[in-house]
Amino acid sequence: MASRREFIRVSTLGAGGISLGIPAFTSLAKTFSQEDSPVFKSMRRTPTYCEVCFWKCAGWIYKKDNGDVWKIIGNDDDLHSNGRFCPRGTGGVGMYNDEDRLKTPMIRTEVDGKQTFREASWDEALGFIATKLEAIAKEHGPECIALFSHGSGGKYFGNLLKAYGSNNITAPSYAQCRGPREVGFIATFGEGVESPERTDIRDTRCLVLIGSHIGENMHNGQVQEMSDAIDKGATIITVDPRYSTAASKSKFWLPIKPATDLALLLAWIHVIIEEGYYDKEYVEKYTFGFEYLKDHVKNMTPEWAYGITTLEPQLIRETARAMGSASPAVIVHPGRHVTWYGDDTQRLRAVAILNALLGSWGRRGGFYRPEKVSMPAYPHPEYPKISRTWRDAFPGKYELADLALASGICDATIPVAERDCSFKAWIVNGTNLIETLPNQDNTLQAINNLDLLVAIDTMPMEITGWADVILPECTYLERYDLIRTSPHREPQIALRMPAVSPKYDSKPGYWIARELAKKMGLADHFPHENLEDLLDWQLKKMGSSLEEMQRIGVKTMAREYDDLYFAPGEEIEFYTNTGKIELYSTELEAKGFDPMPVYTPHEEPPDGYYRLIYGRAPMHTFSRTSNNPNLTDLMEENAVWINPKVAREWGLENDQYIHLINQDGKKTQFPIKVRVTERIRWDSVYMVHGFGHDQKKLKRCYGKGASDTNLISKVHIDPIMGGTGMRGNFVSFITEVEVES
Amino acid sequence: MRYAMAIDTKKCVGCSDCVVACQTENNVPIGFCRDWIVEVTDGTYPQLEMEIRSERCNHCDNSPCVRCCPTGASHYGDGGIVLVTPNKCIGCGACIVSCPYDARYSHPDGYVDKCTFCIHRVEKGLSPACVAACPTKCMYFGDLDDPKSEVSLVLKKRKSKTLIPEAGTKPQVYYLI
Ligand code: SF4
Ligand code: SF4
Ligand code: SF4
Repeated sequence: MASRREFIRVSTLGAGGISLGIPAFTSLAKTFSQEDSPVFKSMRRTPTYCEVCFWKCAGWIYKKDNGDVWKIIGNDDDLHSNGRFCPRGTGGVGMYNDEDRLKTPMIRTEVDGKQTFREASWDEALGFIATKLEAIAKEHGPECIALFSHGSGGKYFGNLLKAYGSNNITAPSYAQCRGPREVGFIATFGEGVESPERTDIRDTRCLVLIGSHIGENMHNGQVQEMSDAIDKGATIITVDPRYSTAASKSKFWLPIKPATDLALLLAWIHVIIEEGYYDKEYVEKYTFGFEYLKDHVKNMTPEWAYGITTLEPQLIRETARAMGSASPAVIVHPGRHVTWYGDDTQRLRAVAILNALLGSWGRRGGFYRPEKVSMPAYPHPEYPKISRTWRDAFPGKYELADLALASGICDATIPVAERDCSFKAWIVNGTNLIETLPNQDNTLQAINNLDLLVAIDTMPMEITGWADVILPECTYLERYDLIRTSPHREPQIALRMPAVSPKYDSKPGYWIARELAKKMGLADHFPHENLEDLLDWQLKKMGSSLEEMQRIGVKTMAREYDDLYFAPGEEIEFYTNTGKIELYSTELEAKGFDPMPVYTPHEEPPDGYYRLIYGRAPMHTFSRTSNNPNLTDLMEENAVWINPKVAREWGLENDQYIHLINQDGKKTQFPIKVRVTERIRWDSVYMVHGFGHDQKKLKRCYGKGASDTNLISKVHIDPIMGGTGMRGNFVSFITEVEVES
Repeated sequence: MRYAMAIDTKKCVGCSDCVVACQTENNVPIGFCRDWIVEVTDGTYPQLEMEIRSERCNHCDNSPCVRCCPTGASHYGDGGIVLVTPNKCIGCGACIVSCPYDARYSHPDGYVDKCTFCIHRVEKGLSPACVAACPTKCMYFGDLDDPKSEVSLVLKKRKSKTLIPEAGTKPQVYYLI
């Protein structure tokens, strides 16, 4: 397909390149001069909460005497970090210092038949967007505008979109990540796991990890609590085809054949029921459908699972008993990135059922009841009525999705005959969709059908190369954001405030959204000129103040609703159809799905191919950190892990560069280094996600390592909630590689 | 007084936070480090074992680096901490070669640099930056001469080892195994 929109890798015209008629660096209003304000001068440290990942740890930014950012450390009162950041958070200074940051607004233009970007003023860039959006809204309706976001800016641009008349607000963290987990748990307990996860790891006696590589994913609180659990002698059981860091800390490592986890879970359920290890009182009092379940798993013995998973029946029994003896202080961890094979909601249902049988939901050492603070809402004008949403593109499908699907909106951007309207504009804030959505051809086809793509980011990620307008957001070290209110053992609030003024001509997300709103005639929806005013109003209503929060950073509130754990004999009404924990899901049944999980075999790699498994490294958060000077210093490229047997067969050696090619002939764009290691099964290969960047403006990470997204062309959609299963791709090796020096 | 560190290999996940925390605390230029991670895997799939260690200068009791320094820049400070005085250091690099642990590097400003046990923090009653930052709380620091110090207690309770003991350097960084 001839693409109308070219990917722009390098060239940017300076303001001098063409005559703009307006000076390029004027900003609309000078609202951020905090460094000069008295409160800043008197402070060596300022509170923040981290934006390098979604864990949002609260901490302090320290400055050197010359005013430069020095270091970031955790706030001791913070429940997310307990005063200790992870490497990415500690290295957050690199996000601010990165000289490759986006520096000024840019607009796509054409010079001598070639597409490029030219620098623009904020006034011009925002005016351009407002005019385009107006034309799109007029012709197609405002519902044809979608927002993709990851991080704090989502709230501001979301408000703008709703004010304009669109509710198509999405984040890839749902359908590409944790969505099936939430749906599986909601179907069982009537509530999701949420973020941070409500897992009571610090007090658990048995922690079961299924493909969840805590320690390599540095979800701070969980890593800390896993360490506490190790100290206290908890039994850790890790199920992973790869010998992960967590596996190396485990009493039991189950080197499962990939894609067979559901069979293992069902066999565990079988043993726990047959051998009477379940919490009888709890099951009796709180659950619905035990007899159906018992009957359902009757034949799903460890011997049955052995043939599927390659795990010894004895090991399956022994681990089931270990869980049973620890009950109820046991956590069968729901994981986080769970979009694997397309039956993910059902796999997570099995995880939920297992927890229910063990009585761990609502119990110490299992899952606690989190609580959060709701910030007082400032009155705003009513949003217009919305006549269409993304759901209209999928009649009768994915009804149990409780949030919008990023992949769904992407698909609904590509016009098809049966749909009268497709998406026409995307506003993308802080998410590099090229790398986060599977099937890159599909993503690019969608992008090519847009009338407008606005990318708001701190870094020139690939998505910005496809944008019509690029807006440079300042980093979290340079801005206020809304108060952090995420749920935890005790409700807490945390403040983020700027430690330094925005570098270059970058602006905070709130400012960008508000200035754009003004141009779109929606100023009423952003009544506060500065976020500080709103924060102070909210905080005062809660008995605190901006001034207090600037001093302490984090404030703990009293729990208001119920206790952290279920009280003995407590009467509980769960938010399910039956008011009980549903071992047998009436909701899934009503929607035409299996009420109890059923194992179905997944496709296996053809000869000469290996299942592609991807994951995280502790020092990176996807592509968000891949150019961070401090963090690339720790890890600058990924490698493909290959079992020595396979390496021998292919004549592969350590540190050799190769290409990977998948079942559809999709090849890695850049070569990747081989790591021959016993730590990976012979039927799989493994690589860390977030490398292989094709954007020359990212000087440190351009062309370093390979992108797994290049190889994820086959997607197994979860019929229940639309999650995109990404682990059904198989790769082979191309050993002849020319490496650019 | 004898400062020492104990690092629990059973808890360390190799995240490298100790490395970044040291780099930012001590303004270590990007591209260099005073501490680093070593991962050792043994066995064949699926019979595997792995040890992860955060390594740094061992502040050896019998340190070849101090012995070989021609200017006295490398010296023992309070509590046996091995230090380099930058303005006495001529950057000859003899100590770099003498250290069996590769714990030293040439700072671009012309002197040799390495871990100081964050003496500037310790003097103020703070723990070293790596110890304070580590999310798994797997590092213990303190005075071995004080039997009640965290490090003495944990070394008493747990099995430990030092690195390359046969080099005779008497390392004061211990690994709990
Ligand atoms: S876990 Fe790490 S990256 Fe995520 S918010 Fe906490 S410190 Fe930041
Ligand atoms: S910060 Fe702690 S857990 Fe992370 S590598 Fe260093 S010692 Fe290990
Ligand atoms: S580890 Fe090396 S640099 Fe440190 S004291 Fe021992 S010999 Fe000297």
